[in-house]
Parts: sequence; C-alpha cells; structure tokens
Amino acid sequence: MLELRNIRTFYGNIQALKGVSLEIKNGEIITLIGANGAGKSTTLMSICGVAPPRSGEILFRGEPITQMSPDHIVALGVCQVPEGRHIFPQLTVQENLDMGAFLRSDKREIARDLEYVFSLFPILKERRTQHGGTLSGGEQQMLAMSRALMARPQLLLLDEPSMGLAPLIIRQIFEIIKKINEEQDTTIFLVEQNANQALQIAHRGYVIENGAITMSDSAENLLSNPDVQKAYLGI
Amino acid sequence: MEYFIELFFSGLTRGSIYALIALGYTMVYGIIGLINFAHGEIYMIGAFTSFIVATVLSIYGFPLLSIVLLAGLAAAVWSASYGFTIERIAYRPLRQAPRLSALISAIGMSIFLQNYVLLAQTSDFQPFPELIPDFDFMEPYAHVVGSSDIVILLTTAVSMIALTLLIKFSRVGKAMRATSQDRTMAMLVGINVNNVISMTFIIGSALAAIGGMLIASHIGQINFFIGFIAGIKAFTAAVLGGIGSIPGAVLGGFVLGLTESFATGYVSSDYEDVFAFSLLVLILIFKPAGLLGREETQKV
Ligand SMILES: Nc1ncnc2c1ncn2[C@@H]1O[C@H](COP(=O)(O)OP(=O)(O)OP(=O)(O)O)[C@@H](O)[C@H]1O
Ligand SMILES: [Mg+2]
Repeated sequence: MLELRNIRTFYGNIQALKGVSLEIKNGEIITLIGANGAGKSTTLMSICGVAPPRSGEILFRGEPITQMSPDHIVALGVCQVPEGRHIFPQLTVQENLDMGAFLRSDKREIARDLEYVFSLFPILKERRTQHGGTLSGGEQQMLAMSRALMARPQLLLLDEPSMGLAPLIIRQIFEIIKKINEEQDTTIFLVEQNANQALQIAHRGYVIENGAITMSDSAENLLSNPDVQKAYLGI
Repeated sequence: MEYFIELFFSGLTRGSIYALIALGYTMVYGIIGLINFAHGEIYMIGAFTSFIVATVLSIYGFPLLSIVLLAGLAAAVWSASYGFTIERIAYRPLRQAPRLSALISAIGMSIFLQNYVLLAQTSDFQPFPELIPDFDFMEPYAHVVGSSDIVILLTTAVSMIALTLLIKFSRVGKAMRATSQDRTMAMLVGINVNNVISMTFIIGSALAAIGGMLIASHIGQINFFIGFIAGIKAFTAAVLGGIGSIPGAVLGGFVLGLTESFATGYVSSDYEDVFAFSLLVLILIFKPAGLLGREETQKV
C-alpha cells in the first residue's frame, strides 16, 4: 500500500532522514520505533507532504506521491494524527471533527462516521460544544484520532498516540487502534516510544536510528530480540 | 448636544474606514503572522481605481448609482488582484525565511507602490468626484450628520456582516479559521493552505478598496500618500483591538475614530494624533494583547 524508497529529508541544512526505506501492506499495523530525534515524526511528515523529501521516492498504491501537496495526499486517503495532537484550540469538538471531513461532501456518510467515532469515544459526544483547547490530554488524543477517522483514511498514520497519557487510557487507545484496523479495514502506521505496547498490537515493526532504518522484523521477533529489548523495551 | 452628536457621527465615519482597512491587517496577521505594510497602498490604489472609473463613466453620462457600483466593484477587484499578486511575489517566496525578511519585503512593497503611483499620478491632490449625493430625507439632520456618513456606516456594516457570515459558515471561512489556529494541522486535514492565504489577501484588499472609495468621495481629494497615513492609523486600530482578532479590528477602528473625532472637536485638531496614540499606549499597558486579543496567541 505504501512504500518509501530511500528518502532523505532535510530541515534547512539539517538532514533528518538519511535514506529511509520501508513498506506497508494493505491491512497491516506497522510500528516504527526509535529514540528521541531518530526521525520518526519526520518520516510521517515526509509521507504527508508537509516535509517533502529532497530525494528518494514515496509510492502510495503504486503511484508516486513524493512531490504532491499535502491536500492531495489527504485526498488519496492518507491521514495523520500528528505528535502533540494539534487540536484546533478555538474550534469546538464538533467543528474539529467537521474539519477532519473537510474534503468530503457525502453528508449522509459523514453523519454515519460521526456516529461511529462517538461510539468509539462516547465522551466526545458529551463535549461536542466545548472548545478543543479546553479538553484534557486524553480527550484531545481521542478527538485527534476521531478527526482523522472522519476523513475515512485508507492509511492512518499515528505519531505517539500514547504520549503523556495515563496507563489506563493508553490501553484504551491501543485497543481502539486495533479495532479500527479490524473493523474499518484501515491500514495503520504507528510511531511509538512505547515500544512494548506498540509491538503487542503490530504485525511488523521497523527500528529507526539517526535517520535510517536499522532493523525490520515481525513484531514477535522484535519483542524477543535482545538488542531491541535492551534499547527500547527497558528489559 | 448637537455638537456632540456631530462629532460622534464623524467619529463613526472615520472609525468605519479604519475598521475596513484594519480587517486586512488583522486577517493577514492571523493567518501568516505578517504585518502587511503594503496594505495601506492597496487602499490607496482602490481609491485611485474608483477615481479613474468614476471619472470615465461620468464623462459617458452614466447614472450616479451605476457609477458608484461599478467604481466600487472595479476598485475591489483591482485592489484584490494587487493583494493577491503582492503575496505571490513578495511574501510567498519568503514563507520559510525568518520573519524579519518578510517584514522588510512588505516595507519595500509599500515604498514601491507609493512611488509607482506617484510617477503615474504625480504628487498633486486630485479632486475626487462626489459619489454620494445629499439625500432629501436627510435634510432635517444635515447639520449633524451628512448623507455620505450614513452611506459609509451602512456599507461598512454590511461588509462586516458579510465577512462574519463568510468566516463562520463558508468552506473557505472555516479553512481560514483552521489555518490561523494551526497551519500544519490545516494541511493535514487537506486544506490547501496556499489558497487560503491568497483568499485572505483578496478579501482584505477588497475591503480596503471599498474603504478607499468611500472616504475619497467623502473628503473629496486623493493623492499617492493617503495610504501611508490611513495605513498607520488602521494598523493602530488593529493593534488596539488585538491583532489577529476580527471583532477586535472593528472595535479598534471605532474606538480610534471616535477618540480622534472628540479630540479634534473638543481640544484641537493638532492633538488628534496625540490622543490616538496615547490611547494606544494606555490600552497596551493594561491589556498588552489589545482589547479583544488572546493573551497567549500561539503562532505557527
Ligand atoms: N522543524 C525542524 N527544524 C529543524 N530540525 C528539525 C525540525 N524538526 C525536526 N528536526 C530535527 O530532525 C531530527 C528528527 O526529528 P523528529 O522530530 O523526526 O524525531 P522523532 O524521532 O520524532 O523524535 P521524538 O521521539 O522526540 O518525537 C531531530 O534531530 C530534530 O532536531
Ligand atoms: Mg516525534
């Protein structure tokens, strides 16, 4: 479904990605783990066209999207829940969800998806008229994921959805990620520091260090790999 | 009392114009965090465009109402195309550059446009045709408020209501709000941010052009420099109300207009600017973000 071929991304003169290659197949949950500053967020922003790579190629369903603008990439069905959630603070919960469906015009289907995200996160329905900026961290994460789902993505990119959340909520979020993958048939690319939990739900995983992929294996193998255990699982 | 009412209306008239121009400053600032110093020149070009169109049409003997509407339309479209073009050539290439670069580019644009109109139109004041006649039904009140004051007030009110509805309910309005709050996220929900920025310049410029035409007809003369003064005043109004805030720009415009009008009427026109800027300083001491500005505006 998605393929990155040797992409290199720069911020000014700083090279953040030094040749990242990876592949995600239809229906998979793939996780990308790595330390702070390894280039995880940059990888996602490169896919979405916000930080386009200077060289290399990104293919979505076999078509190159490397030089496409972000809105065109969203229109193809690639959506991201960015690190830090990026809720529109002065828009209400409802308006934030509406923005997720910005490119859609099928009113009836949008209403159905709205019911679906409210069934996943009932608290959001109660908070409908509240400004996004006044939600708690956990609620904001739920809203950010719901907003992305309102676009009906085929590929959902999640950047550290567990960051700053209490263990109970983290478990809930991960369960819902799995549910979205199974019920909606949405392919998921999950960036996490919380490697243990991410590998529990993922099919396969990649390890990124210093802007380059250093390991790629099935989730079980990564979980039992001594190097991964030492560096990312705290064992 | 009559004198007070007269000053009140002349303050509202000034305030309307400040508000129409201030909206452009505040909208652009809200979206890209830039003070568009060339905005006063956009207003001036709007005044000149309506001047030229109105003059030509009156030579051909068009009825007054059609002259007003066509001149206003031409001014709005022409100024909007200037605003659009300025953003494209002077600001967009500097989007990733440090903010100071874009600011310098804006000042350069302002100077360029002033001099360009100076060369084309000389520095002399041109008599501007009177586009708003004295209505008969206004006759009994003519000693306190003129017909053109009323027309300016009404036009401003209609423009503001239209703008508010546009921002609140239209697709592009929602995209503008989202972009001003979080540009990266706006991209990630599929908003074409470049188009939103262009639209912001187009709308702000059209409003300034309408303001330019109205006040030129009210005062009766224009030259290349009117945009500089009006621009500074409108910018003051935008800061007063809280830059980035649309209701703030309107409120700031009226507060500034009324202050100037009363200062001129009760003290002396020499003190008009002293009062205006003292007010600005006072308000910023007690409310650093302006009257309606957000205390902690997070900018991208
Ligand atoms: N806007 C930016 N400007 C300059 N450098 C940046 C920018 N964003 C990221 N970088 C640099 O690029 C590198 C990769 O950053 P990135 O945000 O992708 O890391 P990450 O793996 O997501 O880290 P974290 O786990 O802390 O979120 C870092 O060295 C970072 O300093
Ligand atoms: Mg990151």
